[in-house]
Amino acid sequence: MLKGRLSCAELVDHYLTKIEASASLNAFVEVFADEAREHAMLVDAKIQANTHGRLAGLVLGIKDVICYEGHGLTASSRILSGFESLFTASALQRLLDEDAIIIGRQACDEFAMGSTSENSCYGPVRNPIDPERVPGGSSGGSAAAVAAGLCHASLGSDTGGSVRQPASFCGVFGLKPTYGRVSRWGLIAYASSFDQIGPITRSTEDAALLLEIMAGRDDRDNTSSSQPVKPYLAQLQQTENKPRKIGYLKEAIESPGLDPEVKRRMLGLIEELKAAGHEVEAVQFPLLDYLVPCYYILTTGEASSNLSRFDGIRYGHRTDSAAELDELYKKSRTEAFGAEVKRRILLGTFVLSAGYSQAYYEQAMKVRRMIREATAMLFESYDLLLTPTAPSPAMKLGEVIDDPIAMFLGDIFTVHANLAGNPAISLPLGQTENGLPFGIQFMGRYFEEDVLLAFAHGLEKQVNFPVNFGLM
Amino acid sequence: MKITDELLHKMAHLAKLEIPENEREALKKDFQKMLNFVDKLQEVDTRGVEPLIHITQEKNRLRKDEAILKLEREQVLKNAPDQDGQYFRVPKVVKK
Repeated sequence: MLKGRLSCAELVDHYLTKIEASASLNAFVEVFADEAREHAMLVDAKIQANTHGRLAGLVLGIKDVICYEGHGLTASSRILSGFESLFTASALQRLLDEDAIIIGRQACDEFAMGSTSENSCYGPVRNPIDPERVPGGSSGGSAAAVAAGLCHASLGSDTGGSVRQPASFCGVFGLKPTYGRVSRWGLIAYASSFDQIGPITRSTEDAALLLEIMAGRDDRDNTSSSQPVKPYLAQLQQTENKPRKIGYLKEAIESPGLDPEVKRRMLGLIEELKAAGHEVEAVQFPLLDYLVPCYYILTTGEASSNLSRFDGIRYGHRTDSAAELDELYKKSRTEAFGAEVKRRILLGTFVLSAGYSQAYYEQAMKVRRMIREATAMLFESYDLLLTPTAPSPAMKLGEVIDDPIAMFLGDIFTVHANLAGNPAISLPLGQTENGLPFGIQFMGRYFEEDVLLAFAHGLEKQVNFPVNFGLM
Repeated sequence: MKITDELLHKMAHLAKLEIPENEREALKKDFQKMLNFVDKLQEVDTRGVEPLIHITQEKNRLRKDEAILKLEREQVLKNAPDQDGQYFRVPKVVKK
């Protein structure tokens, strides 16, 4: 593109045509067509003048939980119908400053709560590889759009796997950075001590570049880290062939809930990694069974508090039928929140309520410390921790929507990184006989996204990557 | 721990939600299932373990108490369902 063979304007038109042709996927809530065209012409002019930023020519979609000034934002919830962002999220602003073009916002599970992108007020998103199946969630629209070639990359958010699991289901890359690596300012909060913005991409290069630009201290988010940001992109090639010490969770591979094809691929991969010179060993993590319960107590508690701001007073949906204030709050919230959000708010209210908070919330905070310490111990001996991203490939639409527990258990391998705060990446390393993609996850040490990304980059040459992006 | 109508009602009130009569039984069942599921955590021996509250490794930084983001009144009111150009409007709070 920089050589003038293809213009940003042509590229944006190409994506807009594809988005229109793929409307049945329901990946986008809103397409910023005219604006993206205008923006593309501006970027083309900058390229001509050689004053362009590092992301000139990159066309990005954003999950409907990331603020973009002057644009609609709903978290795929009726309670924010008609809401318009008053400012732009810090992470997104940094990408805009480098000339990224934003093509639209993408559907997700309401308030990022779910693993299938069916809990959305816009109806379910479909998986481009098999439209009868879900794209995963909660960043399902974002992963589906990247897999279907409707944009170069997407920004999702990951509270318990919401970037990595849909990346797994759609056959693309998904990275959750270390907690604090990317500013959360301007991200609609689900569970503040878990949430991170992360890229969904078709390559490790794109993930490295987007992270490099988004990451870093932001004074508007006091949990954002002041650790220096590494040159992830440049480091990809420098360290990609370095042999690593990798631990894989024995319990994960032996778990009866693991799909046999995923298991076979995991075992095959372990051999391929050893053949490529890495040291791979089985490790134990006795707290595995407690990850998901701990995650749900803490995240629902934080969510019940975060979502109390949606009261029908200052923005969003307000009921027509309330005569007094308390009734207005209750009716507005009851009318506009979906079933899964209400269930989680109720559970969260319970675990925080007087008389129960010690037994539930405080106990979970203690278990979280044990999880973090046990994880840190593993990383004293290993550079990377290997698990499947999800126990199975994509489910059919409607398969788990009415069973909250079945949905919860699908999160078992991804919530670990959010509970402990470590970075983790899902790589498109598997495909079933039916052609359904699935991901393999690697978790790394705090702020070692460089190691994760370079290792992932090296894998493309060392092991068999079955997924080709045939949908491009 | 058993979810009773009374507990469900109390939680709904605290969460500022209403539970329509025809959804109550299903919700009670879901709530019970979720609670049974998270109850597994009670098995863990956490004696002597401090709760983990802050996941960030940043030190607390103090700054001057100055507003950084400046939104005009007009912008703030823009998304409101009911406002009079000056204030958000709500139903009467004080009863005679």
